[in-house]
Amino acid sequence: METGKIILADKPDGLEGAGFFATQLEKVVGLARKNSIWPLPFATSCCGIEFMATMGAHYDLARFGSERLSFSPRQADLLMVMGTIAKKMGPVLRQVYEQMAEPRWVLSVGACASSGGIFDTYSVLQGIDRIIPVDVYVPGCPPRPEQIIDGVIKIQRLVETESLRRRDSPEYKAMLNHYNIE
Amino acid sequence: MTTMEEKAIVSDQYYKAEEKQYSYLNLGPTHPATHGIFQNVLKMDGEVIVDATPTIGYIHRAFEKLAERRPFYQITPITDRLNYCSAPINNIGWHMTVEKLLGIEIPKRVHYLRVIIMELARITDHLICNAVIGVDTGALTGFVYLFQHRELVYEIYEEICGARLTSNIGRIGGFERDFSPKAWEKIDKFLKEFPGVLKEFENLLVRNRIFMDRSIGVGGISEEKALGYSFTGPNLRAAGVDYDVRVAIPYSSYEDFEFIIPVGQNGDVYDRFMVRQEEMWQSLSIIRQAIEKLPDGPFHADVPDFYLPPKEEVYHNMEALIYHFKIVMGETDVPKGEVYHSVEGGNGELGFYLISDGGRTPFRLHFRRPCFIYYQAYPEMIKGSMLSDAILTLSSMNVIAGELDA
Amino acid sequence: MTEGLDKIVSIVKEKFEFDLLRSEVLVDFPTIVVKNERVVEIISYLYDHPEAKFQFLTTLCGIHLPEVNQIVVMYQLHNLITNQRLRIKTFLPVDNPVIPTLTTVFPSANWMERETYDFYGVVFQGHPNLKRILNVDDMIIFPMRKEYPLEDQVREDKNDAMFGR
Repeated sequence: METGKIILADKPDGLEGAGFFATQLEKVVGLARKNSIWPLPFATSCCGIEFMATMGAHYDLARFGSERLSFSPRQADLLMVMGTIAKKMGPVLRQVYEQMAEPRWVLSVGACASSGGIFDTYSVLQGIDRIIPVDVYVPGCPPRPEQIIDGVIKIQRLVETESLRRRDSPEYKAMLNHYNIE
Repeated sequence: MTTMEEKAIVSDQYYKAEEKQYSYLNLGPTHPATHGIFQNVLKMDGEVIVDATPTIGYIHRAFEKLAERRPFYQITPITDRLNYCSAPINNIGWHMTVEKLLGIEIPKRVHYLRVIIMELARITDHLICNAVIGVDTGALTGFVYLFQHRELVYEIYEEICGARLTSNIGRIGGFERDFSPKAWEKIDKFLKEFPGVLKEFENLLVRNRIFMDRSIGVGGISEEKALGYSFTGPNLRAAGVDYDVRVAIPYSSYEDFEFIIPVGQNGDVYDRFMVRQEEMWQSLSIIRQAIEKLPDGPFHADVPDFYLPPKEEVYHNMEALIYHFKIVMGETDVPKGEVYHSVEGGNGELGFYLISDGGRTPFRLHFRRPCFIYYQAYPEMIKGSMLSDAILTLSSMNVIAGELDA
Repeated sequence: MTEGLDKIVSIVKEKFEFDLLRSEVLVDFPTIVVKNERVVEIISYLYDHPEAKFQFLTTLCGIHLPEVNQIVVMYQLHNLITNQRLRIKTFLPVDNPVIPTLTTVFPSANWMERETYDFYGVVFQGHPNLKRILNVDDMIIFPMRKEYPLEDQVREDKNDAMFGR
């Protein structure tokens, strides 16, 4: 890739003429959201170190517009759960999720967060999807930074194509009710 | 330190006399400044910490119970996840524990290769800690520099064992294969490039006025207290005790190498930073010595009961097939016995206390986790200091959640 | 190694002749077994004794022996000057595992004893803050005892037939 070249995001499909461009609001909002996801790193163990590598200069998550880490759940779009979640930690994770404003997405990084991983023990939560809904799972123990980036790209695709009304739909509400949220 | 404690006591008395109230601050378990999940409820007098109550166990994964259900070679991946910043040291420490129990003679070449791996791991461990100390004092640049070159070490691991962070490196008895020419090439590249970067990082911080003001005299601990709290590793050495397992009870031929144990004076953040920094230079020198003196010979010991035979032989040789089957199914028994083996991990004396009842799994395996033992001194170290210094003290102690909670 | 053990044994016997039950060298580690009610006295005696000076507590842990229905508490001490190590073991009954605390001698024993209480239910008398440390506070079992299973018992997605359990 050429260095120093500025790459613009592709514009959505629409009607174009001299001095105007018409498209759906949903697509514009999707485009804007997609390229400025603020992640909240919920790093507990080994995967957190790989996340640090992802944020570093070598892999550089900033290329995807996600370099602005939001440590406050109130202003985060994406909850990245990295590492083992023990049963003691479960309520904390749930509280963090509940504090996030809609729309919110969850990326479960690593085998432990996704399924408990090799730790099939009395003290480990067997996958965070037992307490909060998850959008994208990233396998690996720990996943390579490339895999984490792949997960973020998958989240971007979800964000881009999400309907503006999805969060109001009865299916979404039913899903939250299933987790006893709100 | 004593003056700070006095300050806390005086302010405590003052508050009682004035009938004022303290404020309580809940720091953690997920707080961006704590680099891991530690909860501390701080009793604050304005900005001064009067007392702290740590809570741990937020990623308790029951390693010791899990180890009682796993065959010996399957415990290596568990040890990876103890101190994940220096996973190879844990792996090799565990292998050496089992070898001690079995009484295997290990070839000299394996010792030297292990030393190279362990010292690389020590560099990555100290590098994360020091980079994070830099971040907490406001110097993000150093972090970016160092992490770029930490990737070089990971590439070496990948060349040797195929994994990056949780390496599962080596086997009981040696290595699964010899280092490839490409691995040597990468080690050479690392040894050539890394000193320059480390020097640059040092230039950014070591004599930096802001950094020195932030770190000197902060979070100190005296020699006696550090020993009372069973500190080991860089934190103990920063307090002025020259205890290093590599020298005290040499393992894996560490007695063949020349290196010094850096020792601090005050046990404060700056001393801990400098001790880790100097240890990285020493590690580089040990790696160079090991490469220079590297003897020829086999890359694993002759232990067919524990060391997987080459795949070629499994296809063509009856005996190899049987051993392969026994090892993979975890059906190899070990002798009865009780051993303790310790290695100098990234954070101090990492010990494995293993009791075997002669079965396929350990009867009891206890990890001596240096983080768990020294983190209990944290409230004492931050009493009377400012809130922002408490954060710095935590990151300079290099408390790794995986090792803390096991 | 045996001369190290002999010396320790003679030092302990000077004062606690009837409390020393057994002594042996395990691989390379001198080990003595002592009566449980005297263990802290012996450790504190070895701490002060000018020839022993075991002033560093390396580790402390519990071991459950279901066959004899006992819990072992194991202490590992280290003299950093002469580089002499020592393991002290003491046996407690499972039904009533009570032992005096070591926090009076070593502040570092605080969390190690809490961990042992958490895992095995050993009660350390005189401990300043004896409560669970790693597990959740409302846990009712002591999980490292051999009779308790490793796996999460609320899990439903495991087909036992597939795993041969």
